[in-house]
Amino acid sequence: MSLFTVLLWILVVPVTIVLGLAASWIVRKVSALVQWRVGPPLFQPAYDVIKLMGKEILIPEEANKSVFMMAPLIGFVGVLLLSLILWNALAVQRPFVGDVIVAIYLMVLPSLALILGGSSSASPHASIGTAREMKLVMGYELPLVLAFIVVLIKTGGQLSLAGISQQVPVLSISGMLAFIVALLCVQAKLGFVPFDIAEAETELGSGVLMEYSGALLALWKVMQAVMLVALPFFLMILFLGGYGTNHLTGVGAISAIILLIVFVVGRFMSGRSKFLDVMALLSFIGICILAGLGKYVLILVLLILIKNTNPRLKIDQAMKFFWGFCTVTLVVSIILASLGNYYNVSWL
Amino acid sequence: MNKAMNKPVLAVGPFHPLQEEMEYFQLTVDGEIVTDIDVRISYNHRGIEKISETLQFDQVPYLVSRVCGICSASHPLAYINAVEEIAGVTAPERAQYIRVIINELERIHSHLLWVGLGGHFIGYDTVFMWAWKYREPVLDLLEAITGNRNNYGNVCVGGCREDIPDEMIPKILKELDTIEKKTEMLTKAVLDDPVLHARLKGVGILTKEAAVKYAVTGPTARGSGIAIDVRHDDPYAAYGDLDWKVISQPEGDVFAKAVVRLLEIFESIKMIREALKKLPKGPIAVEVKQIPPGEGCGHAEAPRGETFHYVRSDGGNRPIRHKIRAPSYVNVPSFKASCIGQNISDVTLTLASVDPCYSCTERVAVVDSHHNIINDYEALLQMSRDKTARLKKEIGAPELKMEES
Repeated sequence: MSLFTVLLWILVVPVTIVLGLAASWIVRKVSALVQWRVGPPLFQPAYDVIKLMGKEILIPEEANKSVFMMAPLIGFVGVLLLSLILWNALAVQRPFVGDVIVAIYLMVLPSLALILGGSSSASPHASIGTAREMKLVMGYELPLVLAFIVVLIKTGGQLSLAGISQQVPVLSISGMLAFIVALLCVQAKLGFVPFDIAEAETELGSGVLMEYSGALLALWKVMQAVMLVALPFFLMILFLGGYGTNHLTGVGAISAIILLIVFVVGRFMSGRSKFLDVMALLSFIGICILAGLGKYVLILVLLILIKNTNPRLKIDQAMKFFWGFCTVTLVVSIILASLGNYYNVSWL
Repeated sequence: MNKAMNKPVLAVGPFHPLQEEMEYFQLTVDGEIVTDIDVRISYNHRGIEKISETLQFDQVPYLVSRVCGICSASHPLAYINAVEEIAGVTAPERAQYIRVIINELERIHSHLLWVGLGGHFIGYDTVFMWAWKYREPVLDLLEAITGNRNNYGNVCVGGCREDIPDEMIPKILKELDTIEKKTEMLTKAVLDDPVLHARLKGVGILTKEAAVKYAVTGPTARGSGIAIDVRHDDPYAAYGDLDWKVISQPEGDVFAKAVVRLLEIFESIKMIREALKKLPKGPIAVEVKQIPPGEGCGHAEAPRGETFHYVRSDGGNRPIRHKIRAPSYVNVPSFKASCIGQNISDVTLTLASVDPCYSCTERVAVVDSHHNIINDYEALLQMSRDKTARLKKEIGAPELKMEES
């Protein structure tokens, strides 16, 4: 490995964090525009993290201290590892067979860390949040794995991310169904409305994270920001043909145009003109598209739109949704995909 | 360890993101199911009734409009109704209509505020922001008429303080049209959204029997199929002259309460239009020289239900007793009937669905944690009665029942 590649790999971590913070700014900004608010300035997520880093860390007396402090680290490391594997598959194209299995494992790690942290913090709010997070994990893991099976069938049993990313399963009925369900699972993984049940601010007062403060809370925030990069990347590789513009050439451009329209209309309605915000948003989209990440922007926008057009579900409703509707949909799409494979009909 | 500590308890309050005011709901939970609920108040007692006794009759409206920032037209109006009853004066026709217009504008903004908050409580922040955006023009109208967005202080004994000038009427009508259109859109969005149905229907049901038992008022009662409304049952101001109907829904769940509130906005808009059309010419206030000795009751339909004011005068220029009973005081205990057996997500929503106003509900309590003394409302009332009885015994006064003395 040359010195240059080593340096590049060292750079990947900060780049991912910066991209994650930018993405969480996009989430907040676009949500604000949908809601007729002004929204935060570009560096707000970074300011939040920096501010939290300087705050005192309070640990509840009855908490299991080591687990309480380790949990955010475990989650953070897990999600960073995940993003490294995904970058490897996206940009370097030097994968190992079976990395997709590793990725699926690593994707559970943040949720497990949340459960660990919440259950060790000795707070009734956090323990109810933990119980909800556990049920939610059990709820969405099944459809997520089923969606992955659909992808496996469509791509002919590829077990490496780079191999899967050569094909575009979303361009078929079963693939499309699997993509929609997987998108909802990612929504739940990110803890976005309608699946922010474990944090449920107005019920549990941020639930699992209730007792966290200072640098530990900052770690959780950074973890969630990085998840905002890693999980859409994962969807992108699995369903949308991964990095580059060899497939779905127009998607990036279309998503950019949609975002632009949303932005301009939002600006027009709120009657203000913050030139810098416009430039920041446009440059984010521009960089993403230039870097072949237009599909990433598309997934991000879909996530934000779902977030802002739904109320929070109850945990039993969420589980019914995942185990009922989503699972049935995926079983149907697995059958469709198998039929398509058997009769060589690629659009099924 | 205290025995009560063994049960898992979830604290909603005293500082909780659910509500902006200080309150404490102690939910005893079994897993996600709430098995008992206890309400504790007295975090922010302001002694309004006592302050009122130190103010002159025409200063009190400005005080009682600050009982609650959102019901700041209903409280003064109920108080004025009581004082006018003592003085035996009737405000001029025009003033009566202006009172109706201000009160109905207040109802529109309060219900829109609740719709927004309701959205926020179930994590639907888009509804929150949109409802509050639609509420802004109402506040602007109120500011244009009275000079204030809230705490209007527009009523005075014998009439109103500010008139609605004729040239403003077209502007109000135009604004009402836009408000109606936007509220229609919002109502449709709420009534047709399947996810909202799943979240709101059948949640926190307050049966008609329970509603009667807890004597709830306002939209909380009307959502349980009891069509009571002070404006209809005992018309004050100009409500008797206007054509409108009392909205009620039989289901008693959160969805019914939301529907009642949303449909009431349209009734209010209708009422304001009619009142503006019928607005009589003439003065807006009569001069009231003095308030004779006596006592009076006044009530008004605040956005949350009936607000009741009792005023006693000894012929001086200050009330010697002023008693306020705000609607939330009777609505909050109904949680015992509507929340137990529900799960936590539903309970927090049910708590919010009666639109509780803690500044209205606030009663004094004495808490001394060093000596473990907790005197709540009942204890203090009993202490006060005991003391009065002791004093009477000492001076040899005949024993009288407290309420008649």
